[in-house]
Amino acid sequence: MDQNVENSPKTATAERRSLPTWVVVLAFAVLIAFLALIGVGLRRVQAGPIVIGQKVPDFSMISFDGQTYNLSDFEGKVVVLNFWASWCAPCSQEAAELEEAWRNYLPGDEVIFLGVDYTDTEPEALSYLAKFDITYPNGPDLRTRISQMFRITGVPETYFIDQEGKLAYVKKGPFASLAEIQAIVDGLLQ
Amino acid sequence: MHDKLNALPMKSVRYFALAVLLAAALLGAFSGRALAQDPQPPSDDQVNAVAKELYCPVCENIPLDVCPTQACAQWRELIRLKLSQGWSEDDIRSYFAEQYGDRVLAAPPLQGFNWVFYVLLGVFAIFAVVVYIRVVRNLKAKSTAADASAIASQPAEQDDYLKRMEEELNRREKSS
Repeated sequence: MDQNVENSPKTATAERRSLPTWVVVLAFAVLIAFLALIGVGLRRVQAGPIVIGQKVPDFSMISFDGQTYNLSDFEGKVVVLNFWASWCAPCSQEAAELEEAWRNYLPGDEVIFLGVDYTDTEPEALSYLAKFDITYPNGPDLRTRISQMFRITGVPETYFIDQEGKLAYVKKGPFASLAEIQAIVDGLLQ
Repeated sequence: MHDKLNALPMKSVRYFALAVLLAAALLGAFSGRALAQDPQPPSDDQVNAVAKELYCPVCENIPLDVCPTQACAQWRELIRLKLSQGWSEDDIRSYFAEQYGDRVLAAPPLQGFNWVFYVLLGVFAIFAVVVYIRVVRNLKAKSTAADASAIASQPAEQDDYLKRMEEELNRREKSS
């Protein structure tokens, strides 16, 4: 028995030594790769949303009628970027006001409204647009790229981008009135 | 002569009109049959078979077939629509991934950076198998060595014991 006890550490050492080098190297390589992946993932997750005053990176949206709209196309204009969905009840509360505001600013050509349809189905989205007679450009958020860029927390959310392309104001939830939208836009136009 | 010449085309026109009416009636009958033979709309089970492979991005980690939100209900209807249009399950999954991103898929597709995860999984599996085999081998080697040493240390005792047993049995046989 004593002999066994004396031998066991030696045996363990021999086992540890007997592991092939390639196994050890591979294990470390896998571990490092795994840690690197976790690091990349964490960095991506922890990258905060676009903050007020920050230049908004360029993005493009293909509207339901097939036209491509790039943010960079609207330099010098105030951009009102509205995230919505047909299944979102609060979105319908502000739909008419947004359209009315768009029609008010259309002759001035200083403001552009863009509607981004978040995780929606096209038939319902088109019905929604028809129901509220929405005429400003609207398109699906393909692969949810735009919403991920802004890190939206729900719908409706509206982002106001000033004439320099910087994020100026964020509205989470529906607008209470047309006056609320106009107050924000007018403030950015002055 | 004129009358006769005029009468003949009139007759032809009548025949032609009759033929057209007959053709229209036949067409109507066949189109009716075609409508009657239209396939049934996809059942809920067919829709759910596709839906359970997809996840709602709004309420994360909930498969689409059991997701109770209106958005998911709309998505299921979209699946039904695509199935009725003859789309395959793969086509529908690809469409959803293109529309809403890979995160709606139950498993990330084998493309781009996703390969790393699959390769890592494979490497982990191989590593685990290698470690398992080594541990099992070592355990077997240890137990064999222990058994051998136990057998080596016992024969004298066992022989003595057997010898005594045999003597005892012989003695009892003789006495009986």
